[in-house]
Amino acid sequence: MDWVNAVLQGVLLGGLYALFAAGLSLIFGVMRLVNIAHGDFIVLAAFLGLVVTTTLGLHSLVALLIVVPFMALLGYLLQRCVLNQTLGKDILPPLLVTFGLSVIIQNGLLEVFTANPQKLSAGALETASIPLGAGLNAGVLPVLTFAAAVVIIALLQWIFYRTALGRAFRAVSDNQDIAQLMGLNKSHIFGLAMALSMAVIAIAGIFLAVRTSFDPSVGPARLIFGFEAVIIGGLGNLWGTLIGGIILGVSQNIGAQINPGWQLLAGHIAFLVVLAVRPRGLFPRVDG
Amino acid sequence: MSDPILKIQNLEAYYGDFQALFGINCEVKKGEIIAIIGANGAGKTTLMRAITGLLKSEPDMVQWQGSPVGALRADQVAGLGIAMVPEGRQLFPSLSVEENLKIGGQVGRSGSWNLEAVFELFPILKERRNVPSTALSGGQQQMVAIGRALMSNPDLLLFDEISLGLAPIIIKTIYDALPNIVGDGMTSIIVEQDIAKALSVSDRVYCLQEGRVSLEGDVKSISREEISNAYFGV
Ligand SMILES: Nc1ncnc2c1ncn2[C@@H]1O[C@H](COP(=O)(O)OP(=O)(O)OP(=O)(O)O)[C@@H](O)[C@H]1O
Ligand SMILES: [Mg+2]
Repeated sequence: MDWVNAVLQGVLLGGLYALFAAGLSLIFGVMRLVNIAHGDFIVLAAFLGLVVTTTLGLHSLVALLIVVPFMALLGYLLQRCVLNQTLGKDILPPLLVTFGLSVIIQNGLLEVFTANPQKLSAGALETASIPLGAGLNAGVLPVLTFAAAVVIIALLQWIFYRTALGRAFRAVSDNQDIAQLMGLNKSHIFGLAMALSMAVIAIAGIFLAVRTSFDPSVGPARLIFGFEAVIIGGLGNLWGTLIGGIILGVSQNIGAQINPGWQLLAGHIAFLVVLAVRPRGLFPRVDG
Repeated sequence: MSDPILKIQNLEAYYGDFQALFGINCEVKKGEIIAIIGANGAGKTTLMRAITGLLKSEPDMVQWQGSPVGALRADQVAGLGIAMVPEGRQLFPSLSVEENLKIGGQVGRSGSWNLEAVFELFPILKERRNVPSTALSGGQQQMVAIGRALMSNPDLLLFDEISLGLAPIIIKTIYDALPNIVGDGMTSIIVEQDIAKALSVSDRVYCLQEGRVSLEGDVKSISREEISNAYFGV
């Protein structure tokens, strides 16, 4: 029964990893930008959630209403004012600049909030669980997180393939010059993609913060989990990213079941195995 | 004589240190069809890229309806009513046929061209509207590229080597459709290597040679000999 439980909790944890990964996957797909600061933005969103809940006395999940638009706006401005200038044939400048951002965010957070671990409280939600029979329980919060991941990925998928904005994302990703000829200002489109990515980051940050304690240094590890989920699922495939997150979560929990010290190791091993067997991930995008 | 809607003045264009255009002058009046001919590497595509804003130049070097547009971005130029059917078609591979067309309409200029009108012009595209653009034949892709440009209801439409790599029968189909396209007062510039084809549909011709205009004139009054001299640089 412990094993079944480990798998179940792993699946639910995978939802959180998919949330870490979705924004990463999105901007890589649209503008081939790898955002090294992705994990630190997740942590920044968590701290923002902390500020909003403590100063306004809002419930953590209600804080999303403020943190999501704020992060989206920040993303748009960041893209227009900084990152667009780094994009070009050379992939090194955006890597260096986002790496710099990562350092700045970590140190900035450390300065303001110190290194003390923090946590967002979610009241009764934190301990509530749904009995599944046979001694299995699913926490309401992990279930909510997983549901949020599914909804967000479905939403992103819908935006990408059913809306004018998604069409613009795909067109700019295919051929920037010709997209520009069609009247699409790529700087603006990239800004919108980053805004969307940051909105997802905000959601990921809040769910992370109510699940575990966090401090300014935990960003890079979230980035790694996000990366692994994206690569396992296959680049450019959002549903694949969800499955990648689940595989990562399940392997970590199985590892922890064998030996508590093996949790992270098991996740990395699963990642390496997938990479060795299917270098393009399990579900690479078929076109292009 | 009305003012030209497009005026190109001493246009120079560079790729890094390499100069591709050396002081091009050219005027296009409303409703005219201009042919631009020239050998490989003469600078025809470069000229099209400069007009559309894909290559930036000094503001005054390209003037559109009296205002300087040389330094504008391509999306801004598109919004002013200049569209291009690019060399090599360059459809968006991730988009379906219909999406490729719709994205051309996203500029948001009003006019008689819309999805239905394009489907009427090229009925085969209606049948294949939901397939990925990569699944089309070369000729069909060219139809999408033309339709995509039309969807923005441009005042000036540039065609860069629309017959390149297509079978003669397809080229004929596309050229037969051309009068319907440029019929309602649309101004156009047609770049072709096939001189006869280009001259058969146009009013005036410019010949480019190594980045300079080597000949310009009325198609009716220009002799074959003059053209071949200008083309091959004898
Ligand atoms: N991206 C580029 N970088 C550097 N040089 C270029 C580039 N594109 C074109 N050139 C050079 O500029 C000159 C003009 O090229 P352009 O493509 O305008 O010629 P063209 O008349 O359109 O030729 P074609 O008939 O082959 O299409 C050529 O010498 C070409 O080598
Ligand atoms: Mg050319």
